Amino acid sequence: MVNPNKNKSLNPLSKINLRTKTLLIIGLTILILVLIVICSFFIDSKEITTNFLIINQPPSFEHLFGTDWLGRDMFTRTIKGLGLSIQIGACASLLSSAIAIVLAFIGSINQKFDTFVAWFVDLFLSIPHILLIILISISLGGGALGVTIGVAFTHWTSLTRVLRAEIKQINTSDFVKLSERFGKSRLWIAKEHILPLVITQIIVGTILIFPHAIMHEASVTFLGFGLSPHEPAIGIILAESMKYLATGNWWLALFPGLALLIIVLLFDIAGENIKKILDPTSAND
Amino acid sequence: MMKNEKLLKFLGKKLIRFIILIIFVILLSFLLIDLSPINPVKTYVSNMIVSQEQIAALEAYWGVNQPITTKLVNWLGNIIHGDLGTSLIFRMPVVDVIKERFTASLILMLTSWLFSGILGFILGVIAGFKKDTIIDKVIKVYCYILQSAPTFWIALIILMIFAVYLGWFPTGLGVPIGTLSEDVSFLDWLKRLILPMITLSIIGVASIALFTRDKLIEVMNTDYFLFSKARGESGWNLIKRHGIRNILLPAITLQFLGFSELFGGTVLVEQVFTYPGIGQAAVSAGLRSDVPLLLGIVICSTIFVYSGNLIADIVYNFVDPRIKEGEDNG
Repeated sequence: MVNPNKNKSLNPLSKINLRTKTLLIIGLTILILVLIVICSFFIDSKEITTNFLIINQPPSFEHLFGTDWLGRDMFTRTIKGLGLSIQIGACASLLSSAIAIVLAFIGSINQKFDTFVAWFVDLFLSIPHILLIILISISLGGGALGVTIGVAFTHWTSLTRVLRAEIKQINTSDFVKLSERFGKSRLWIAKEHILPLVITQIIVGTILIFPHAIMHEASVTFLGFGLSPHEPAIGIILAESMKYLATGNWWLALFPGLALLIIVLLFDIAGENIKKILDPTSAND
Repeated sequence: MMKNEKLLKFLGKKLIRFIILIIFVILLSFLLIDLSPINPVKTYVSNMIVSQEQIAALEAYWGVNQPITTKLVNWLGNIIHGDLGTSLIFRMPVVDVIKERFTASLILMLTSWLFSGILGFILGVIAGFKKDTIIDKVIKVYCYILQSAPTFWIALIILMIFAVYLGWFPTGLGVPIGTLSEDVSFLDWLKRLILPMITLSIIGVASIALFTRDKLIEVMNTDYFLFSKARGESGWNLIKRHGIRNILLPAITLQFLGFSELFGGTVLVEQVFTYPGIGQAAVSAGLRSDVPLLLGIVICSTIFVYSGNLIADIVYNFVDPRIKEGEDNG
């Protein structure tokens, strides 16, 4: 057995309690994410100019991520792309949690609706996500709208399942039954009893959809169904980099992908820690 | 005997559910395609010079301007006869394209599925057994990073390392230039399979390893585990007798439920490695508006995902020895 106290004394964070530590992690991750979005707003697309004097330069202090075959600075392009990804991810996850909430509440009305919602979840899970996003994106004619809607319509299933189970449990509780006896309407019960109890699940669920949404957006864009090739999206940057792999321009693929990975990881960390704060029962995991 | 009957009843129920599901999948995808601004005639004609009358004739022949109900009825009628139409980009029946491409993908998917399952399970058991040690932390961090990594980026990195720098494999992993696809030797074929397979395996490891780890830790906290420890069992033997027996089945079930993710990963990986499988066909069908092929692939992938779920259900309901015992007693 290792003595846990011995380990802890070496760690400077050990003096802070778990709650403060969790809040600190949340604050830091959100700060980084917000900074990236703000930075990407300040980068004008026109600023990413082509400069043929500095084409295909490996990473240096002047160009942290190197430059591409048109002499564009990859760092600026990556930040702009990340900002774009976060925006699309935000729209998609908000939309998909809205779908999840509506469906979960429809399911709570009666048994028939509940069976329908369960079946509807199965229907959407039975087509591989990526194919469904491609189909939706095609039907909307591609572009940012197509990807956002496509991602939103494929990521609501997990949150719906969680909410459905939760609402089912709440519906069997005494206070809901009492309110029913008092003649309160379903809407009133939903608003006064169910919503306050599931609001944390909704918030955490929405944040945890984020990383998936960003990754799927990048994947679909990479395949050529998403954002137009003129946008500096991460998917586009990586698809372009494929053509230059054989010539040894490794930095074109490595850094933008790594940046995307870090963003996804940050969202995951933020989500898990927010869950710990809002839902104390999960903090002991 | 009873058991067989029960299984048959279960399968019958599942079959009916599947038929209903597939009808709705078809309706949904058909509706989505019909909403899109795709014009199949334009794709078909693409570079040929044709007159207005010929386009009109083609449109009439394919029924472009018919209402959606007529189109759907025609298409469904053909499907029942096993005819999914003709692919516009391959210029051959969709059924043949899917058969050829799906076999190639199936080999890729199943090998990496098996590989990632075994590797992930072993890593999960090690991590759970050595909980809170350095090994556990390394495995956990590795899994978390892989879960957050975009599949196609991992594929790109692997392609870069093994094909461009080390030069062990050709970069374009298609058929070698100058040979017909029928003449490809087993070795060539293996060569183009390895990198995509490794990529898919590496990515698939994460979820199964984390799941196995959590389950094992759960088992290690139970009373029976504590009791056997008190009896003097320890080390690998303990894990084998009380741990693995209890977590193997849920892990296998989870692995079967992952068919949908596996298919998604395959689409991306095939695109990066230009592996001639179903995923690549799906992407080119989508990009070049080959509607019959795209619809065919959607149906095909639905069947694939559903069979994974079905096997998971069967494993869960019929293979578990505890459930069998419970039936005998009751």
